[in-house]
Amino acid sequence: METPEQIRDRLLARFPGAGVTVVTNTSPSAQHSLLIGAASACEVAQFLRDDPALLLDCCSNVTGVDWPEQEVTDTVKTTVPDPAGGPPKVVEQKTKRVTPAYLEVVYHLYSIALRHGPVVLRLRTGNRTDQVTVPSLTPVWRACEFQEREVFDLFGVVFTGHPDLRRILMWDAFKDHPMRKDYVAPDDYEWEPTPHDEVLDRAKGHYPAAPASPAAAPVPEAKP
Amino acid sequence: MIADPATPFPADSGAQVRAVHDEFHGDLLEVSMGPHHPSTHGVFRMIVTLDGETIVKLKPVFGYLHRNHEKLGENTTYLGSMPYTDRLDYLCPMTNNWAYAISVEKLAGLMVPERAEYIRVILAELTRLVNHSGLVGFLMQDTGCSGTPLMYAFRERERVLDLFESLSGSRMMVNYQRFGGCRVDPTPEWLDATRKLVDGFPRFLDEFEALLRGNEIFMARTQGVGRLSAQLAINAGFTGPGLRATGVAHDLRKVDGYGVYPRFDFRVPLGEHGDTYDRYMIRMLEMRESVKILQQALRDLPGGPVMDPKVKLRGFRPKAGEAYGRIEGPKGEIGFYLISDGSPNPCRYRIRAPSFINLTILEDLCLGHTIADAVVILGSIDIVLGEVDR
Repeated sequence: METPEQIRDRLLARFPGAGVTVVTNTSPSAQHSLLIGAASACEVAQFLRDDPALLLDCCSNVTGVDWPEQEVTDTVKTTVPDPAGGPPKVVEQKTKRVTPAYLEVVYHLYSIALRHGPVVLRLRTGNRTDQVTVPSLTPVWRACEFQEREVFDLFGVVFTGHPDLRRILMWDAFKDHPMRKDYVAPDDYEWEPTPHDEVLDRAKGHYPAAPASPAAAPVPEAKP
Repeated sequence: MIADPATPFPADSGAQVRAVHDEFHGDLLEVSMGPHHPSTHGVFRMIVTLDGETIVKLKPVFGYLHRNHEKLGENTTYLGSMPYTDRLDYLCPMTNNWAYAISVEKLAGLMVPERAEYIRVILAELTRLVNHSGLVGFLMQDTGCSGTPLMYAFRERERVLDLFESLSGSRMMVNYQRFGGCRVDPTPEWLDATRKLVDGFPRFLDEFEALLRGNEIFMARTQGVGRLSAQLAINAGFTGPGLRATGVAHDLRKVDGYGVYPRFDFRVPLGEHGDTYDRYMIRMLEMRESVKILQQALRDLPGGPVMDPKVKLRGFRPKAGEAYGRIEGPKGEIGFYLISDGSPNPCRYRIRAPSFINLTILEDLCLGHTIADAVVILGSIDIVLGEVDR
């Protein structure tokens, strides 16, 4: 199979504005990935699926990754010549920077016809709050349908062009996205309205009303 | 009562029936099947829209068993996730263990001793026997063949689970494999018992097939029901026996050749029609191939350690990076996607669950069939809700 660099070069020749870069994987698995600009993700995906040399007909795995803001320390080593004529000194300069936060969607593509893979695609959102939209690849691979719904549900990535974007594992009235790194489970998350709440509310009407004048004897407060 | 053609029905009674029929004709009925319906194999719900008895729309609803397994994986160590993987597809814990172990081994570049690889193959194929025999039993139950075939299948399943229990201490929650090998070495007595079971297993298959393969009712209920085209199956990420039933030769044991599978002589059964009957037959044939693999693996099992002594299980910190590892589970491709940031816990822990992804095209399979067929089609897809909901 072609290396990710070769695929990138072919993609850039075909789609000059696609913004394809190779993300290096430093682990022994050496599964490098292709970061695709969100704007042209659908055309790129279609090309990868139909290109006779790649034929990535099976989108095996779709998942989200949450990358919050991180403080990274860059160490720059500079060699300073010693004015006294001794051996040059190595000076370390440490600078701190904060990486921007974003959500990422990762697609693992395989070819069943040609028996190769994986080719890993990554799409990134603008940030984690208001620019969380990426194009859906469900029109290209049907396998993405439920998995993109899951990423929407658990990470809050909104897929444009998805035929049926609803929550899939959490219930519809649920508010947050529990796979995000900063998610905190509320204490009362097991509370849900039951018919009993309605009955208890109605029962309150049967208790005597509170006295009008403050001089009247205090009535113990009715507890439902 | 047989109507006498000479005396026609009273004129108004037929008109009444027709009037009622016309009034309701074309009205759609929405039925909520589940989450506590016995045919859904767990807490699974289908919102089915019916025209008469025919399905015109089907929306699966799940998540009742959701416990955010992936978050649990991020909050515990690499070793700590191993027992959780048993709970995913609780019918096949050994293959879940293996899929997770193979992903961590890819992530950290670990080697596995040869004996451990053989033991993994033996356990994975035993798991395939467990899963497929359970499945064919349940499928018979779904077609209305109540009780007996399921009990025959469960009798065999329990024998294998007894082996798992004597090896690992638990029937189903085995927690047996480790990245870099296996937890304990099986004793010679265990291997003898396994040999005995494997040699006797084809008898069960013969008996089961003699009873049911040519059964007229079973064939009427399954042949041509839930047809799946190869093109749609590939595009929708359908994997496992269901994909092979459509005639696509895709078995990761052959394609990836992970572990020591290339050393064994076995064939991959393929179907032709992609219907429910083919999905059933593929499983029966796969069990025979599994028996062949088991016999070879038990014959060639080498000596040596079962665990790489250099692997540090506790305080395990792989270097930053990511890996996706997959194996051919009994239900399809089960994979784990791990991202490490160099800390003791994975930064991202994702499970590619075959049951979940195979459900994507449940609606396509069921459209146009009757609601009773939906039960059989769902049974032939083979889902476990512990894995669907995670």
